[in-house]
Amino acid sequence: MIGSPDVVAFTKEDEFGQTSPEPWSLPEEFSIPLNPLADSNPWAKTSYAKFSKDFILISEFSEQVGPQPLLTIPDDPKVCGTFDLNYFSLRLMSVDYQASFVGHPPGSGYPRLSFVEDSRVVLGDSKEGAFAYVHHLTLYDLEARGFVRPFCMAYISADERKIMLQFQELSLRFSQASECLKAGNRRAFAKELQRKLQDLEYTHSVLQREEGLHREAGPQSMYSTHAVEKANELANVVKSIFEHRDLLRQISSYHGRPRRDPHAVTCQRCVTEALNECEQLLDNKPSSHTDKDRKQVDGEVHTGDEEQVEEDEGDGIKRKPSYIPQLIKAKSAKCFDKRLKTLQELCDETFYEATMELLKETERSFRGDLCYLHTRRLDKALRRRQRVTNFLFEEDLGDDADDEKGVLRPFCAVNHAAEDYRLVNPPPIVLEPLPLELDCLDPADPLDPASETSHTRESELGFEESLMDSSASEQTLETQESSEETKGSFSSDKSGKCLLEKQPSVASVRSEPPDPDSDLTPDADHNTDLERESSSEDMETTAGEDEGDQTPVSLLEVVSELDVGKDDDGEKVSSKEYERESDLLVPIDTSCCMAQEGFLYEASPPEPNSHLRPNSCSQTSQASVVNQEPHSLLPLQDDYFVGSVCSESPAARQELSTGHLGDTVSRASLDDGSDCTMSASTGSDRAASPLGYGGVVTLHHRKKAGQGALRFVRQYPFAIPALWCILSGRTLVVLGADEGRVRRLVAALALFVPCPGKYGKRVQAWLSFPFALTDLQQWKLIGLQRVASPAGSSMLYSLSRYSRYISILDADQKTLRCPPYRGQLLANIADHRTYIRRGSTYFLHLQSTFCRLAAKAFLFTFTHHFHLPLSSAEGPEVVEGRRRCFLQEQLGLSEEDSQILLYLSQLITQQYLQPSTGGSAAAAPCFSFNYTTSVLYKI
Amino acid sequence: MLRWILGGREANSSVEKSPVLCIGEEQPKNWFTELQVLRGHFDIVRFLVQIDDFRCASAGDDGLILVWNIETGERLQELRGHSRQITAITTLNCNDGLMSHTFLITASSDRSVSLWDPDTGNRVQTVSDLQSSVKCLLVLERLCVWLSGGEELCVWNKDFQLQCHRQNHSDTGISALIELPKNCIAAAMDKEIIIYRLTFSTDSSMSLSEVYCLTDHQDQIRALINVVDGVFASGSHAGELILWDAVDWNILAYEHILWEESQPCAQAEIRLKAPRHSEMSIQHLTTNGKLILAAVGSGLYVYSLLTRTVVAYRKVAHDSNVLHTMLLSDSELMSCSEDGSVRMWEIQDLPLPDEHASAGFFGMWTFSRTNKQTGPPTKKVIEVPNIRTLELTGDLIGHSGAVQMFLSFRENGLVTCSADHLLILWKNGERQSHLRSLALFKKLEENGGL
Repeated sequence: MIGSPDVVAFTKEDEFGQTSPEPWSLPEEFSIPLNPLADSNPWAKTSYAKFSKDFILISEFSEQVGPQPLLTIPDDPKVCGTFDLNYFSLRLMSVDYQASFVGHPPGSGYPRLSFVEDSRVVLGDSKEGAFAYVHHLTLYDLEARGFVRPFCMAYISADERKIMLQFQELSLRFSQASECLKAGNRRAFAKELQRKLQDLEYTHSVLQREEGLHREAGPQSMYSTHAVEKANELANVVKSIFEHRDLLRQISSYHGRPRRDPHAVTCQRCVTEALNECEQLLDNKPSSHTDKDRKQVDGEVHTGDEEQVEEDEGDGIKRKPSYIPQLIKAKSAKCFDKRLKTLQELCDETFYEATMELLKETERSFRGDLCYLHTRRLDKALRRRQRVTNFLFEEDLGDDADDEKGVLRPFCAVNHAAEDYRLVNPPPIVLEPLPLELDCLDPADPLDPASETSHTRESELGFEESLMDSSASEQTLETQESSEETKGSFSSDKSGKCLLEKQPSVASVRSEPPDPDSDLTPDADHNTDLERESSSEDMETTAGEDEGDQTPVSLLEVVSELDVGKDDDGEKVSSKEYERESDLLVPIDTSCCMAQEGFLYEASPPEPNSHLRPNSCSQTSQASVVNQEPHSLLPLQDDYFVGSVCSESPAARQELSTGHLGDTVSRASLDDGSDCTMSASTGSDRAASPLGYGGVVTLHHRKKAGQGALRFVRQYPFAIPALWCILSGRTLVVLGADEGRVRRLVAALALFVPCPGKYGKRVQAWLSFPFALTDLQQWKLIGLQRVASPAGSSMLYSLSRYSRYISILDADQKTLRCPPYRGQLLANIADHRTYIRRGSTYFLHLQSTFCRLAAKAFLFTFTHHFHLPLSSAEGPEVVEGRRRCFLQEQLGLSEEDSQILLYLSQLITQQYLQPSTGGSAAAAPCFSFNYTTSVLYKI
Repeated sequence: MLRWILGGREANSSVEKSPVLCIGEEQPKNWFTELQVLRGHFDIVRFLVQIDDFRCASAGDDGLILVWNIETGERLQELRGHSRQITAITTLNCNDGLMSHTFLITASSDRSVSLWDPDTGNRVQTVSDLQSSVKCLLVLERLCVWLSGGEELCVWNKDFQLQCHRQNHSDTGISALIELPKNCIAAAMDKEIIIYRLTFSTDSSMSLSEVYCLTDHQDQIRALINVVDGVFASGSHAGELILWDAVDWNILAYEHILWEESQPCAQAEIRLKAPRHSEMSIQHLTTNGKLILAAVGSGLYVYSLLTRTVVAYRKVAHDSNVLHTMLLSDSELMSCSEDGSVRMWEIQDLPLPDEHASAGFFGMWTFSRTNKQTGPPTKKVIEVPNIRTLELTGDLIGHSGAVQMFLSFRENGLVTCSADHLLILWKNGERQSHLRSLALFKKLEENGGL
């Protein structure tokens, strides 16, 4: 299973990779993204995927039925389509590289819990057209074999590059989910252990009493078989108690252990809480216990402890009144008869829910194709650097702003306040060359989503290299700590095999001789096909084996059957039995592994890179193999200045990038004003709450509003002055009797409101009572109900009273009353003879115009001598003249257009001076206006 | 539906075509292009008092005294303690050598008077359970005492110890107090002005004695101000404006403002139905030493001390009663009214003076000292060739209730308080923008770039 060609593990490049002259040594400006020649149609390879969009699959390797899918996110049968989840689960579980060491090391007497680090792997199934990021994790289950339940979470996509390029991010998010799940599981496990201990204690007490009775009944010297049986049983129970207490200690020591996984960040509060909890359990339990134990040690056959036992029992009940200990029957159900716990049962409820939320969020955030994701991220990164102006017209970045900035915020299911997260610099052992920090991003190709050339930049040091040296032969699963290493070494093998042409690992290039099978490589197509076939066949066979795991199982059964003769305590295995069991298990596991490895080495030999390079194109076209190392998606310039000209809107870029990808997408998209550039899956989840209802105004909303805005511009000849009013900060009141029409107008015009705020607080979509001055201060766009009744007169009064502060757009009579506008600036965006036909296009057009405006406003705001005198000799008139000169001559703005810029500049200044909008609670916002006469525009 | 009154400025504005004056939206002389709404009060805000160059205190019917920073609009302190509305507020300066510290004295209808430190918000002193509520306060810096007037007149020292007091026999009580030379105090009480003298006996105890009573007003006295040294003025509900000599309490001038309409104008007819008294009641008097500005009903009336004549007037300056006025300079003045607006006026020479010769409908009686109280007043329609006009140069619209009072901080802005529970801070937008730019580049420098 390891050698499956579809399986790709990740290595870092090593120092040898750097020595050879590689394309990335070219100056940046000459490096061209590798064009996948044979893969010119990017949609071709996904065509045969049997599922419609990406999804997350959680599978487990059940000890009863083998690999099985548990759930998908989104939980919609349509998503997976005809995709065979069962089969894919098998594939997923077959690449579990966790060193799931089971049993106990030779020295210790008790069964050990194996603390396994998660493993991450990318798996491709060319036959199914599916690629998956697979995250394996192990949960603990007291009733499971070896106490472990292997699970995996997989992000399945038809686009391998998406997986590869998003690897870091995926890994991060799945690690969070995994940590969450595991934390919940540890809790549940500890609880279960505690109950079990109580049961055992109770059983112990009962048995003791019985034995005592026996002993009193029978003569002192001779024991009945029954008494012997009882004594054995008692001994088993005692042993079991010790074992369980040891387990409890182990599970509580979990947090103390050093983590190798750089992504495994846990919430500190959770950890301490969990530790305390465990300590409590440990302290509580044995406190009453130890003296009992001592007694037992003193004389195992000691009698007459009924009172003591009673007391203990009483204690137990007092401590945990919620749980009444049960007598553990000597003969319990066989492990294959019993129902295994579900994932929910394995985890604490809150943690399970939180994990599901996290995964859903993950799924949501990865919707859309690679290009979309990339541009979105680029855009975010750019906008993050533009904090000074981006509040004007860009939608809010949201709170996911910092999770990509190198801050690993531990996800906390219980929602421990965010204050206790620490800045975690990912240690150098990241499985991926580019760290997450923006600042470390590759300066090359800021706009090239693929930028293949940039991903091998960083040399990873230390740890992994030593692993390379240790070579593949060291793949024995010695200790549980070696999990990472094992993974690493597997990876190195894989990288050799699997066309990681960029990353020739030591293992493959240097130490491995060319395989005889490499002759096959010229016929690459055929070869890989064959391989694929064979590998999937292998999988099948492996799966068969796994499913028919009966070998160990039946043996176990036999063993336990045998044991039954001795003691009835079949379920609570004595240590001897346990040893036997693990003895049985471990060799089987390893042999299985070995067999597979061997097999894989034979069947799908690693192909040396020398052979692969020439036909890398054809290889790529196969798309069966992930042929790239994953790398971070953000190759941005280091010195990106705030407010520079290339601050384009996200959407604009998005449109552009899809544009050059081909017409297919855009043709596919309808001109309903919805997001045409994304696939249907993206954005559709956003609840389309209308503007002005206090919901977060998303990009999606704004794009939808684009259609309305376009309609407005086409329909009303006085759109230009109306837009000018909004842009220059004069409140526009849309007056109308029909709520729907007013709301639609407001929604359309809301697009133009500068600094709309996160929840559209500057916009009031529908107001049916007279407004006051403070409302004008807060709202820049108001939809006002026209009332015919006397109640309306007060509204009219307020309208005329405050008429100097507002412009009034009468939606019924189609008039606009506002100061006259004679500028040219807005003719570009509000031309009613515009050729733009689609709302989203218009939105992008607007965005670019606004961006230019914002850039100008930025320049204006932060140019010292436009506002302040250069020397003390200069009077305010000189400054004023300079400002006017800049606005009118350099920017070519008329008087009215200058007002827009002045208003934007004022907003920027305010924002800069008090970033937390509003500043101190006491200081009210300022409201600027000017005294100009208004004119009435008619249609 | 909407009546857009595009009021151009009328050149011949002294003869008013419409009683409602509207300037329209183009106001080039109005430099208040930015405003800040200050919230905090829960009831009518009636009083504003300046503490120093950048602070003011507001008080009103909710019993709250709020201290504001007018540069930032921040609420600095909230002085709570009075359980009922504030009836009077004034500042008390304490000079202890180097430092001068300003305190606030407030009187409330809960019959208590308190001393506040506006820096800390502490109530430094308080006197409660007075016999009656205090209607006016007067601080005599020179004598280090302050007086409270209500149904009784009390004299307190700066430690809030009662020095002496005098019971009044009038029902209405003292409505206004001013300081006169020679330790005298003029107190307006219904239709009379009573002069008290404060005498210090040898053991530094004080006594208050009634010296004189001026009974020339025909109606209730609404306003009482010091004009210049030696002259004070009073205005009554009936529209009488009397200038008094502050030393020997003689009448220097008597002006009876009669807005009696004789023009058969339709709108004027309607307006005539309004109570006549409120039309000519002198609500407020203010002076800058050269001019006396009287708020008469909804009109404004400028009287020159120099010429002892009316310089300019506007019968209907506001839609409703004018509540507070101020002379910004010799030619600029400002008024606020129950109609919720603040208007700025300029005293301009008339382009065609002869056109207005017959425009005035007011009577003026000039009394010499001898014919005081005797003889029928000889009514003569004044024919002043150099009468000028009050030109509306701008208005501030923002309040939705009566503007009770305003306080000018010169170029720093203007604070208005209103019955709509709000204070509005009006500022010069350009100046503010300049200040913001300064702050911006300062912060930029501090941050070392963006």
